[in-house]
Amino acid sequence: MPPALSLRGVSKHFGGVRALADADLSVLPGEVHGLLGENGSGKSTLIKILAGFHEPDSGELEFSGRPVPLPLPPGRFRELGIGFVHQDLALVPSLTVVENLRAGLIARSSHLRPLSWGREARRAREVFARYGVRLDPTAVVGELRPVDRALLAIVRAVEEVRAEHEGPGILVLDEPTVFLPRTEVEHLFALVREIAATGGSVLFVSHDLDEIREITDRVTVLRDGHVAGTAVTSQTGEAALVEMIIGRRLEQFSGAHRDHTGEAPAVTVTGLTGPGVRDVELRVAAGEVLGLTGLAGSGFEAVPYLLAGAWPAESGTLTLEGTEHDLTRMTPPAALAARMALIPGDRQRDGAVGGLSVTDNLTLPQLPRFREGGRLRRGRMHDHTGALMETFDVRPPNPRSDYGAFSGGNQQKALLAKWLDTGPRLLLFHEPTQGVDVGARQQIFATIRAAAEAGASMVCASSDHEQLAQICDRVLVFGRGRVISELRGDDVVKDRITEQCYAGAEARTASA
Amino acid sequence: MSTAPAQAPSRVRSWLSRDMAERLALPVVWIATIVVFGFLRPDTFLTTDNMFVNILGTQAVQVMLALALIVPLVAGEYDISVAANLSLSAMIVALLNVDHGVSIWIAILAALAAGAVIGIVNGGLIVLLGIDSFIVTLGTSTFIAGVVLWISDSRTVGGISGDLVNNVIINKLLGIPLGFWYALVFSAILLYVLEFTALGRRLLFVGRGRSVARLSGLHVGRLRWGAMVASGLLAAAAGVIYAGTTGSADPTSGLNFLLPAFSAAFLGATTIQPGRFNPFGAVVAVYFLATGITGLQQLGVDTFIQQLFYGGALVLAVALSQLARKRNAIQFTPGE
Repeated sequence: MPPALSLRGVSKHFGGVRALADADLSVLPGEVHGLLGENGSGKSTLIKILAGFHEPDSGELEFSGRPVPLPLPPGRFRELGIGFVHQDLALVPSLTVVENLRAGLIARSSHLRPLSWGREARRAREVFARYGVRLDPTAVVGELRPVDRALLAIVRAVEEVRAEHEGPGILVLDEPTVFLPRTEVEHLFALVREIAATGGSVLFVSHDLDEIREITDRVTVLRDGHVAGTAVTSQTGEAALVEMIIGRRLEQFSGAHRDHTGEAPAVTVTGLTGPGVRDVELRVAAGEVLGLTGLAGSGFEAVPYLLAGAWPAESGTLTLEGTEHDLTRMTPPAALAARMALIPGDRQRDGAVGGLSVTDNLTLPQLPRFREGGRLRRGRMHDHTGALMETFDVRPPNPRSDYGAFSGGNQQKALLAKWLDTGPRLLLFHEPTQGVDVGARQQIFATIRAAAEAGASMVCASSDHEQLAQICDRVLVFGRGRVISELRGDDVVKDRITEQCYAGAEARTASA
Repeated sequence: MSTAPAQAPSRVRSWLSRDMAERLALPVVWIATIVVFGFLRPDTFLTTDNMFVNILGTQAVQVMLALALIVPLVAGEYDISVAANLSLSAMIVALLNVDHGVSIWIAILAALAAGAVIGIVNGGLIVLLGIDSFIVTLGTSTFIAGVVLWISDSRTVGGISGDLVNNVIINKLLGIPLGFWYALVFSAILLYVLEFTALGRRLLFVGRGRSVARLSGLHVGRLRWGAMVASGLLAAAAGVIYAGTTGSADPTSGLNFLLPAFSAAFLGATTIQPGRFNPFGAVVAVYFLATGITGLQQLGVDTFIQQLFYGGALVLAVALSQLARKRNAIQFTPGE
């Protein structure tokens, strides 16, 4: 039998950047096929070519042995028998299950076509029964459990494909499990197996090696736009998969990672639970740079926001300079008073306001410093900001100019200046060099290291493993909201960190 | 350390450049309007009675109401209830002073207290319940208008104490009624608060970048609430001046001040300090609009011109500030 889907020699460039080079992918009828690769490996480009969103530079496409010319017109995929379920599921939370299920039908029928919701609900029950899914058609989607929402989105995609196309079709699941608790992933897998059993093919995109190994028949691994290999899952070990993903054997590299093991911690966090994380413990010494990382959805990036009171924590305590703080009551003003500083990942939304001057932005947390007899001394504010801009090399160092007019790197250096100027004992970063040019990136690293050497404790949440390797003394790897492994000393290198992200399950069982 | 003098304009130079033209465009247009109408109707338009009393004096209420809007607008909130608040305040002054013989000063304090209560209720609904300020104040506005009709039995109450009337519209300084000077003093105080105090900086950030403000340790909820209370107080003060200007209070005419106040606040944000809601911009905008309307009416144009002018100015002003924002947005795209 010919493959349900076969892509051959697909290449795609964006400007001068190669996203895909001569990539092949074939998915057999009734097969669950995994698609793996790091961020930027070309996975999403490949999927977007199938969706007709990108035009490939070259390549051939066949469905069940019939050639189909590339590029696909956008939206054509449904007639060809492909359905997509993306991470966001594309459901309308305020509508009912049946309304969401039939959204495609409603969108394509005439405005005045009568709809019988009673009949639609009956039909929905039949559909759910066929796939072994228990869902109430009249329930409101926003009130469903996350796993039920995912099941609904998947059933809808399969039904739409099978309504438009003769044959079992191909379903692309793009990281459908990221927001699901481990215990509920089973329900989703049962549905995927059901679809495969009825002859449907599933392309399963995921970062999670456990899941890939559990659900897929074969995997294709992409690396730097090339196919690093296609393998039968049951015959491939986890270590072999990791090596295919990161492409190299692990190298030993001795960096300038200082070991703070013996030192008394300056910052202690216990029992931190909140959106995305459960029961996290942290200890950071004075002068230590601690990295937090993990795969998408592992929860590591929530930690800085929870510690700084930007998001509400459900439980947890933070001890800083001998004072204990209840994290459920932490607020940004309290964090500032406790000498903490948060440098958020979304600079445009959370960092500073474009359209206002650098002075206005940088002096905001410390306005009382510039008050004399109730009046702000604008001259002193400008002088102080100008001096900060010189120190942190924000160019041009004109404090009166619009913050928004600076380049990303200069904006980020200015943000570092804003917060380091408050004299923090604990600095929290989230993706400190996102959208920052290479030169500024090195300067930011140097600034972070210098602040650490001056005795502050640093926590840096980032999915940029190279960055973590450069600045961190120690790295904690998260999986499903918990710390699953710790890297220190010579282990703080990019490949080790990446490997631990993928091999989380192994470390979890080993430590248990 | 590198210095880049060419890219570092001094404050002086920025004042002399294109900025200057943008800042002063509306004041210049206002003066030109006066000159044109003065030329067309020299014997009625340019009289002190018209210029000083009719325009500068009676429009003080309008300036006060625009100030009441500016405070929440800076903090990123709407207060639609200011005009109803103004009506209530004027009516409280009239009822207490005329019907109940209460001293005018006590009546004024009661009116201001009512304004503060309205602000507290608005702010509480907005901050504690997280309801959009537009919806909250649209509701409270109608509610207050109902209360005004109720307590006044839908009648006009005249004969307010001369102590108030004299001190608002009869007595003059430099030939201009005192009410005008009160409005200027309030504008100056608001300018000082917004520009030269930490509170003003904080309100600005709450309005422009709420998430930035919150993460920078500002008490965003308190600031928003406080802005609504300030708005309530200023609207009540506008009501007191209105009562003093007309010597009476009627239950509905105050509502007519709402749209012009919005027009003035938004049009004012295109001048003096372009891109920001600012008190003296609003002052200039109020008098520009009033001058245009008065002049056209003296030329014999029907009274409907008032609606055309205020409505048109609001949309035009918002369109202009939208364009200015787009220009800023282009600068805002990161350099890499």
